[in-house]
Amino acid sequence: MSVELKNVTKLSGAETHIYETNLRLEEGEFNILLGTTLSGKTTLLRLMAGLEKPSMGEVWFNGEDVTGVPVQKRNLSMVYQQFINYPNMSVYENIASPLRVARTPAAEIKQRVDKVAELLKLGPMLKRMPNELSGGQQQRTAMARALVKDAGLVLLDEPLANLDYKLREELREELPKLFKESGATVVYATTEPIEALLLGGHTTTLHEGNVTQHGATAEIYRKPHDLLSAQVFSDPPINTAKVTKKKEWFFLSDKVRWLADDRYANLEDGVYTVGFRPHHINLMAKHDQTVTVQGSVVITEISGSESVVHIDVDGDTWVSLSHGIHRLEAGDEAELYIQTDRCLYFDEALRLIGD
Amino acid sequence: MKGFKWLTPTLYILFLMLPIYWLISMSFKTTNEILGHFSLWPQEFTLDNYVKIFTDPTWYNGYFNSITYVVINTLISVSVALPAAYAFSRYRFLGDKHLFFWLLTNRMAPAAVFALPFFQLYSAVGLFDTPWAVALAHCLFNIPLAVWILEGFMSGVPKELDETAFVDGYSFWRFFTKIFLPTIAAGIGVAMFFCFMFSWVELLLAKTLTSVAAKPIAATMTRTASTAGYELGLLAAAGTLTIIPGAIVIWFVRNNIAKGFALGRV
Repeated sequence: MSVELKNVTKLSGAETHIYETNLRLEEGEFNILLGTTLSGKTTLLRLMAGLEKPSMGEVWFNGEDVTGVPVQKRNLSMVYQQFINYPNMSVYENIASPLRVARTPAAEIKQRVDKVAELLKLGPMLKRMPNELSGGQQQRTAMARALVKDAGLVLLDEPLANLDYKLREELREELPKLFKESGATVVYATTEPIEALLLGGHTTTLHEGNVTQHGATAEIYRKPHDLLSAQVFSDPPINTAKVTKKKEWFFLSDKVRWLADDRYANLEDGVYTVGFRPHHINLMAKHDQTVTVQGSVVITEISGSESVVHIDVDGDTWVSLSHGIHRLEAGDEAELYIQTDRCLYFDEALRLIGD
Repeated sequence: MKGFKWLTPTLYILFLMLPIYWLISMSFKTTNEILGHFSLWPQEFTLDNYVKIFTDPTWYNGYFNSITYVVINTLISVSVALPAAYAFSRYRFLGDKHLFFWLLTNRMAPAAVFALPFFQLYSAVGLFDTPWAVALAHCLFNIPLAVWILEGFMSGVPKELDETAFVDGYSFWRFFTKIFLPTIAAGIGVAMFFCFMFSWVELLLAKTLTSVAAKPIAATMTRTASTAGYELGLLAAAGTLTIIPGAIVIWFVRNNIAKGFALGRV
């Protein structure tokens, strides 16, 4: 079903959890809510579920106002970050429970539970109790319960966050497929930009209770509306600096400058904010369109085949991400190559220039 | 030193068990033997004491009366405490923390403080000398205790469990009875155990609020000493039988008792 938030605001005491939000999620889409902890992802999910009432505004499902409809009657399902199953019921009964509550005939329950269990590889576990399962299996059970119901809306609140790396990858791959078939609208909350990119679909970026952007995931990554969206959607965080445009040149400092591309030919001269994603600042020159800056290394994090180097450039700490292993010690001088054709420029109000 | 690790705990347990052994041993002796000479175990083994208790209604009615008010009290305490504990663990409301603490302060007053008002009140409304009198009086201590224990266990259950059930379509009552109560079954067991124990061993209120019809065993035990001279063997047998219900209940909740002593907050 389609979900629409109309001027929804959520206050808790004197605090604002969600500032006025308008959001429309289309039927059958895979939607990602991306934001750091406390950015309001969970609150938005709870507002959609009806577990919380908006302080102002309305929630619409399929063109109908459901703001006052209790959660039991909203035909949705939800999976939490913690593995939530009914501890007193077997895996089979756990998955069957929404159907039992809905008084589905026994034969149909059996058929549907078996089918979902098959999909989520829970077949051999059906007779066990939830506390006899591994974390991954427990979360699969919770997902099976969300899937079996044929709900129009499935809310997933960081469902993979508590799983180990391997399982997370596995489930992440399966997730979009699983829900695609059911035709449900999915809302998936996550803190990880990479997860959002891997899952695809549509993304809504959130920052401190504000929706900063909503659109196709790849589109938002490539062209964030504003610096906030870019910051939410970048891990390691995006680097920013001030640049001055003079005629056809961008000046990062007196010595460092590069030619503006055609897209910015008509941009007025002045001071702008430039954003570089860490993987566009490298320790080795990659191609022609690079400029070089000098800095001293603050810290190096090496993860397998990638090196994340934090470098102090004229008092600002920049983060660069390069392929290969670069063992740089703190205090070492290093040269950074910035791919200037990948830069994002923001105006005074920190909105993206050159859309 | 290494070979004697067992020594300290063994001595300690012997020390703890000694009075219980002495009680049980006395219960199989005749009063003459008890008063006559020192013996480590019964010289003239007798079951007369137990026979007397099981055949004489003034004795076995004492047990019956005690069990009656203890069971009534346990049921009332736990069923009243369940919704209260749920509210404390799931909702925030004005003064909830103060109210929660105030509940426990009820346990800090000595029972003697309440004996007089209860006695007068129950006499006035005709509850005096009924099992209900004692059962209700014990609620004063047991409901707060049960609320504290159950709140601890309930807070150990994530709120998301409730919400998942509501999302799945469960009504509140269906969730509460079908999912929530089974989930905190251990906590309910522990709360019942503590209510049972406190009500079972409490003597002052039980004695003050009854006279003949609802006289508890503890009262019978302590009064007999003065009526028919010294019947020490009989008293010992009654004491032994008094320990048994507690021991049985402990057996049932043995795995959760430590958590109960921590009021469910482990």
